[in-house]
Amino acid sequence: MQESLRRNAFVRELLSENQTLRLFIITALIFVAFSLLLGERFFSVRNLQSMAVQFPEFGILAFAILITMLTGGIDLSIVGAANLSAIVAALILTRLSGDGGAGVPLEATIPLAMVAVLAVASLCGLFNGFLVSRIGITPILATLGTGSLYTGLSYVITGGPAITTTQLAFIGNGTIAGVPIPVIVFIVLAIVFAVMLNRTSFGFNVYMLGTNPRAALFSGIHNERVLMRTYWLAGLVAGIAGIIFLARANSAKPDYGATFILLTVLIAILGGVRYTGGFGTVSGLVLSVLSIQFLSTGLNMLMLQLSGSSAAIFFRQFAWGALLLLVMVVNYYVEQRRQRST
Amino acid sequence: MSKIFRSNEALVAVTIVLLSLVIGLNNPTFFSVGNLFDLLRSSIVIGIFAMGVLIVIISGGIDVSFTAIGVFALYSTTRILKEFMPDAPIWVAFMIAAAIGLGLGMINAFFIARFKLPTLIVTLGTLSMFHGFLLFAIGNQIIRDVPPAMDQFARSALVRIPLERGVANLHPAILITAAAALIVWLLLNFTMLGRGIYALGGSREAAERAGFNVPRIQYFIYSFVGLLSGVAGMTFGSLARQANPQDIVGMELNVIAAVVLGGAQLTGGRGTVIGTILGVLLVVIASNSLILIGVPAVWQRVVIGLIILIGTGLPAIQARRAAQGGMRSI
Amino acid sequence: MSDAIVRLSGIYKSFAGVKALQDVSLTIEQGRIHCLVGENGCGKSTLIKIIAGVYPRDSGSVVINGREYEDLHPIDSIREGIQIIYQDFSLFPNLTVAENIALNEELAAGRRFVNWRHVRKVAEEAIAQLEVHLPLDARVEEMSVANKQLIAIAKALRQNARLIVMDEPTSALTEREIRRLFTVIRRLRERSGIAFLFVSHKLNEVLEIAETITVMRNGQVVSSGSAEAYDTARLVFEMTGQRIAEKAYDYTPDLRSPALLRVEKLSVPGALHDVSFELRPHEIVGVTGLLGSGRTELALALFGLLPIASGQIYIDEKPVAIHSVQDAIQHGIGYVPEDRLTEGLFLEQSIGRNIVVRTIDRLRNRFGLIEPKQVAQQVNDWIVSLRIKVADPALPVKTLSGGNQQRVVVAKWLASNPRLMILNGPTMGVDVGSKNEIHELIKKLARDGMGLLVISDDIPELLQTCNRILLMRNGTIVEEILPRATNENELAAKLIED
Repeated sequence: MQESLRRNAFVRELLSENQTLRLFIITALIFVAFSLLLGERFFSVRNLQSMAVQFPEFGILAFAILITMLTGGIDLSIVGAANLSAIVAALILTRLSGDGGAGVPLEATIPLAMVAVLAVASLCGLFNGFLVSRIGITPILATLGTGSLYTGLSYVITGGPAITTTQLAFIGNGTIAGVPIPVIVFIVLAIVFAVMLNRTSFGFNVYMLGTNPRAALFSGIHNERVLMRTYWLAGLVAGIAGIIFLARANSAKPDYGATFILLTVLIAILGGVRYTGGFGTVSGLVLSVLSIQFLSTGLNMLMLQLSGSSAAIFFRQFAWGALLLLVMVVNYYVEQRRQRST
Repeated sequence: MSKIFRSNEALVAVTIVLLSLVIGLNNPTFFSVGNLFDLLRSSIVIGIFAMGVLIVIISGGIDVSFTAIGVFALYSTTRILKEFMPDAPIWVAFMIAAAIGLGLGMINAFFIARFKLPTLIVTLGTLSMFHGFLLFAIGNQIIRDVPPAMDQFARSALVRIPLERGVANLHPAILITAAAALIVWLLLNFTMLGRGIYALGGSREAAERAGFNVPRIQYFIYSFVGLLSGVAGMTFGSLARQANPQDIVGMELNVIAAVVLGGAQLTGGRGTVIGTILGVLLVVIASNSLILIGVPAVWQRVVIGLIILIGTGLPAIQARRAAQGGMRSI
Repeated sequence: MSDAIVRLSGIYKSFAGVKALQDVSLTIEQGRIHCLVGENGCGKSTLIKIIAGVYPRDSGSVVINGREYEDLHPIDSIREGIQIIYQDFSLFPNLTVAENIALNEELAAGRRFVNWRHVRKVAEEAIAQLEVHLPLDARVEEMSVANKQLIAIAKALRQNARLIVMDEPTSALTEREIRRLFTVIRRLRERSGIAFLFVSHKLNEVLEIAETITVMRNGQVVSSGSAEAYDTARLVFEMTGQRIAEKAYDYTPDLRSPALLRVEKLSVPGALHDVSFELRPHEIVGVTGLLGSGRTELALALFGLLPIASGQIYIDEKPVAIHSVQDAIQHGIGYVPEDRLTEGLFLEQSIGRNIVVRTIDRLRNRFGLIEPKQVAQQVNDWIVSLRIKVADPALPVKTLSGGNQQRVVVAKWLASNPRLMILNGPTMGVDVGSKNEIHELIKKLARDGMGLLVISDDIPELLQTCNRILLMRNGTIVEEILPRATNENELAAKLIED
């Protein structure tokens, strides 16, 4: 009896039921509210499909923020790394198989481009990991610097303008069994991250390191190695996001997705990831991504309906900032109450 | 020798001299009066912003929203002037911009001081909030025909030196930067508030125990940075003779790079006005003069990124060495 | 009415139902050096915070300089001349020595502007009063711990201190620095009539400096009186209470058997030199010495956290190189660190996670994934076998008491089957009952074949749990002592010998 109680408790902890449930309710409420407010325009197959192809872009990047935030850090360079990856892919695709290119068949070029992206993204991530774990620069500043570096390299490569190619459009617009490929990529990543964080010793160590790096050192956790791997993974995630950028936009440019940093930090905080490290779940993050997509589309429609002007798209930018602050203030009060009750 | 190298100011000053020599030897126009005035002109806005960011970084925080405050103040002020007082003199414009900046800065201050939230995440949020609000509620079109006062101010000169071809102008807005630097220097070194900012950056807990009113210091810091950013934004618009709501935002990194390069550390408690001025000059020279030594302008962001990494990496390595020695005494 | 600066009577204070102070009375006379002794967790720190006005009391009366305070605020306490020097000194590392000394005074005077000449004058006067030398223009971060302490005292003096409260002031000082501190304290008491409340659990120091002693245990004052009436034995008895009879660990190792750990001429510049000893299975070897004697450094060097300059470590008589924690673990070494809260535990994480952190790699199924059932099983096993009092293993470990927390740290290491455990201060901040249970556990582990190194300055603990004690001084082992051939007073005397 006692033992089964304890076992349940541990499982409960792994699922962190409460928070996930709360987020699920919030997400559902947002969805229902917009469906009621906007009717068919929001609650329709067409709109659901259109939302489904939008969220993976930033949703995938959010995994990079999740894992770095769990270690008590942050990766502000992910958008830079994603764009750099996209540009490298676009460059390889256009130079080798594009019009007036080397004439290499696309079947050979695409795998090559993918490998190149993974290599570039890995390098970006490993460099961050090196700066954070070996040199000891605060993650905020290290990744602020490398973010500028990666974006800068994109400008150096392209000279400024976008590189256009529709060669990956089949990924951006394609579906498998009716599900858009970007969504499948997002789901696969969610599963990989969930398994990695909950069921591997690396994931376990990420949580422990994020809670108390000193105790982690004294417990035999190889802190430097865990941090290296964390930032490397964040880089890889950025690379995958870069491919999705290219596949969806049919072009790669150095300054794409400038708002994604804010958006992914917002998603992480809304999803219950603690910015001091050690706490946060994939389920929370996924629900948070969905809420943000519902809000994004819903607010956009609502603003268009109300103001009718094109400026409505800027309202979202305002809303994201305001929402981030709101969530943090709510967390503040929740934490205060929790502390008072113990 | 090592003492001199430990002083960041000296190191940055030496770097500036060496870089100037390299550029100057490759391209003698670097040392021309015209180019020097151009460099100073490029330092005006980033210099004002840097003074605000310096205060924040000394206190142990970081602010990335100041550019949004700047452009918000610039654009709103321009619209207010055009609609309500097209003939107002330039100082009125600056007063309005400063007031708007102050108001926005107080919003930052409220979240940071009242709820003890992390400064990066708060200002990331307000950056988006302020800019979003500006674009959707106030305007998203470039204002090219600015009020006459701004136009006039843009054309004025503090020093005019006739050259063989044309004239070299030193813009009077440099005085705003100088005043900002002087005020911040006096504030940091000769007021208890300034010492409180250093104390807060050194140890928040000790500052509280010593009797500093930490939330009040934070209110001051972020409000003052807002005010300075408003002034900087207005200066930017006056120099550019237009109010573009998409300008300025994106400059954060250059400013932070300049301040970090000047010896301020994000961990707080360290940083000087002199160092920051030198940091601004180095960033401006590095980004303006790359072309003069044959480095294409597209490399600018790479250079800024490297500056941040070197500026933060060197102290980190030093701290790590010191900590390795210190492991013995735990 | 009296010369008392502080007169507390009948103070009660509880935190979330836990009684921290019960009916505590304390009188601190003017110009006296008053020592407050007791084990960690006995309520000393809470009492200080009540005097400082940081914590409100639940009931009882506080009279300061003859004035009764219903509601004592920190600012009242400071105004009455009470200055608390906390263990972290509350200094600003990035500011100069002069500014650190003068800042509070300038602030209290309500100044808006800084007069640097005045700051310097204030600082010069303060250090002249201490009769010590301090570089006024250096940054505090460049100062040694002992100097930081002097700066903190100088700062307190400048605020018209009449009572300076020092919380464990000697815990990070070397013997020579302690001498200098005591000289300064005595001088200030004689010349300026300043009273000191000296909080410590180091008995030899207490007996040396105190004029009045108050002993606390479990939130109550056990006794209080003139220092002449006390000796080590009485203090130990009163601090620990009824001594629960513990059987000493009497074991004579077989010197012909191979050593589990052999250390030869181990040196770490500035910390250890020529340390040699051996440890056999079934042995519990105590390592003792004052702070700065190298006892913690020895543990860190063996655990791969301090780079070894010369010397050799042998495990099973085979030379090994230990450059990292991972190396140490690979050779079967476990380490229960000195500071449980920052080094031993992940406070916010669950009890379960804290127990399995070392062994999570082994709790995997055939797909290489962590198996929650195995995790729960292991957590449960350790909770049962170490009798950790737990409501729910999913609760954060910070919800446990000190003794149970320490058992979690021990469980974490035991789970990985070490052959050699180093325990640094194994019962610091642990209540008396748990302390005995931890001692019994240590003995049981030794009987089962483990070799243990117990680092401690708790004399009864050393005598009761170890079969040999190594005394360290200035980074080296100066003597090997057999517990059955000595007693508490003799060991205490040896410990403080210079």
